[in-house]
Amino acid sequence: MRPWMARVALIPVLLWVVATLSFFLLRAVPGGPFDRERAPASREVEAALKARYHWDEPLWRQYGRYLGNVMHGDLGPSLKYRNHSVNDLLGQTVPVSLALGGMAFGVAIGLGVPLGVLAALKRGGWADYAAAGLTLVGVCVPVFVLGPLLVLVLGLWLEWFPVALWGSWQNAVLPTLTLGLYFAARVARWMREGMIEVLRSPHVQTARAKGLSETAVILRHVVPVALVPVISYTGPMLADLLTGSFVVENVFQIPGTGAFFINSFFSRDYTMMMGMVLFYSLLLQVLNLFSDLLLRWVDPRVGS
Amino acid sequence: MNTLSSSPGRLALRRFLRNRTAVSGLVFLLLATVVSVFGPWVMAIDPNQGSGSPFVSPGASHWMGTDIHGRDLFSRVLVGTRISLLVGAVGAGVSVLIGVSWGLVSGWRGGRTDAWMMRLVDVLYALPTVVWVMLTLTLFETRCVGWLSERWPASIPAFRLAAMMVSLGSVSWLTMARIVRAQVLSLRERPFILAAQSIGVSPVRLMLRHFLPHLAGVVIVYLTLTVPAVVLYESFLSFLGLGVRPPQASLGTLIADGASQLNSVRVRWWLLVFPAGLMTLMLAALNGVGEGLRSAFEPRDGNGDRN
Repeated sequence: MRPWMARVALIPVLLWVVATLSFFLLRAVPGGPFDRERAPASREVEAALKARYHWDEPLWRQYGRYLGNVMHGDLGPSLKYRNHSVNDLLGQTVPVSLALGGMAFGVAIGLGVPLGVLAALKRGGWADYAAAGLTLVGVCVPVFVLGPLLVLVLGLWLEWFPVALWGSWQNAVLPTLTLGLYFAARVARWMREGMIEVLRSPHVQTARAKGLSETAVILRHVVPVALVPVISYTGPMLADLLTGSFVVENVFQIPGTGAFFINSFFSRDYTMMMGMVLFYSLLLQVLNLFSDLLLRWVDPRVGS
Repeated sequence: MNTLSSSPGRLALRRFLRNRTAVSGLVFLLLATVVSVFGPWVMAIDPNQGSGSPFVSPGASHWMGTDIHGRDLFSRVLVGTRISLLVGAVGAGVSVLIGVSWGLVSGWRGGRTDAWMMRLVDVLYALPTVVWVMLTLTLFETRCVGWLSERWPASIPAFRLAAMMVSLGSVSWLTMARIVRAQVLSLRERPFILAAQSIGVSPVRLMLRHFLPHLAGVVIVYLTLTVPAVVLYESFLSFLGLGVRPPQASLGTLIADGASQLNSVRVRWWLLVFPAGLMTLMLAALNGVGEGLRSAFEPRDGNGDRN
């Protein structure tokens, strides 16, 4: 069996662990979400509610039911938004978050890679300083600081971009920048280090010796090799992107998954929380696997 | 320079002190610690009580202005900094405690124990940590806060902080465990360990006296990455409202308050700029000290990325 097949096989196991842990952690807590109803429900109403959500069954049977439903792809009804299932809510919010994350990822790669390349080609040049500055910002200015500051400066003082909501492209500029700049900084740094490393290696010397133009040497023999470390970091980076999107969605009032996730904690919407936990775990697994496969494809030595 | 008579630790210290960024970062952190611990006490302004009219701009009476409830922002920022530093220190401490013992046992026992312990680390790596921190904090809120509020309501903020430190520490130990294990694996074949074993040193003493001193370097190096990460995490959670709760202040909640006051009618910039600036300075200082320590302890690759 190939190693990546083992990893694919591990995903359901991990999801089961996650589902079990989150189920028992949340359900073991005395007092369900119904205790927090504003008007104290009568005993009949409470019993009816509990029966509807199978809250009156023994815990192990609830657990079995939950696992069974999850295996059929049904994450259950939301306890807060009574007329929606968790699947509905995920279906509505995930595209928004994916769009945000995808654009931020685009900024990270589109800005980070060229900047890293330029910085490495001319060390001490303007691009090198820009990359170093960006790295400093990336390390010292967290997303929850950068977001409000961008709102303050670009949104309120200069009035270039709208500061909240989601819909047109103008709305997307500030959130995308907020989320993307930090990762662009990291990408630029890895790219720069990778380039410097590769530029020293013998195959580059060979390429130059056989009379290739410098552009061809850089584009064909240096950049692709230097991209390898960047690719190997995309897995962890995507995980951090998820974390960052919680904050960005919160700051810019974007109706994405992260915002719903945070809200489900305040409203003790247990099914929603469990669904989100499962969803994020799955997403992380798939993204990590994807970046591993990509890495293996780019660099066949990995994993052999 | 007389390098022959210097111990590795002293050499590292000398290299550290020559690093200007690192030293200024350290000075800043010491200053921040002293001011944030003793400042609120000296100023005698209650950071959680209004002491002026709301939204006073920064000036002589309120150095950083006041917030919506007329609370003095400067004293709130000081208290927030204190919480950040405390969480960073204790959270990182918890992660060291778990990570080092896990790595020690795993590397020392080897074989099947090692395989299972490391398998567990792999599984935990694959889980989204933010989500787990949030889950444990929710668990604390639902289970412990109700219980505490009946018996000892005044202690809730303290316990909440403790819960956060423990839960942050308990998700940040994975890399530490891996690094320590790798180090132990290479150490345990070394002659001095074999010699100690052969004269019948007890395993506990072996760990404490012979392994730990050799692990100090790698532990410190990785610790310098953990502390800013934990500080960042705390502010992140507090920013989202999951960490420190009002009226208690942390830099994260202060930044969130500042952000919520952003509107196009009247810009109350000080509410955002001061806590955000301090957060930035603190992270810069922590990272500067970390970089300095790393290159001091491992002079070969001074600015290598160790993630």
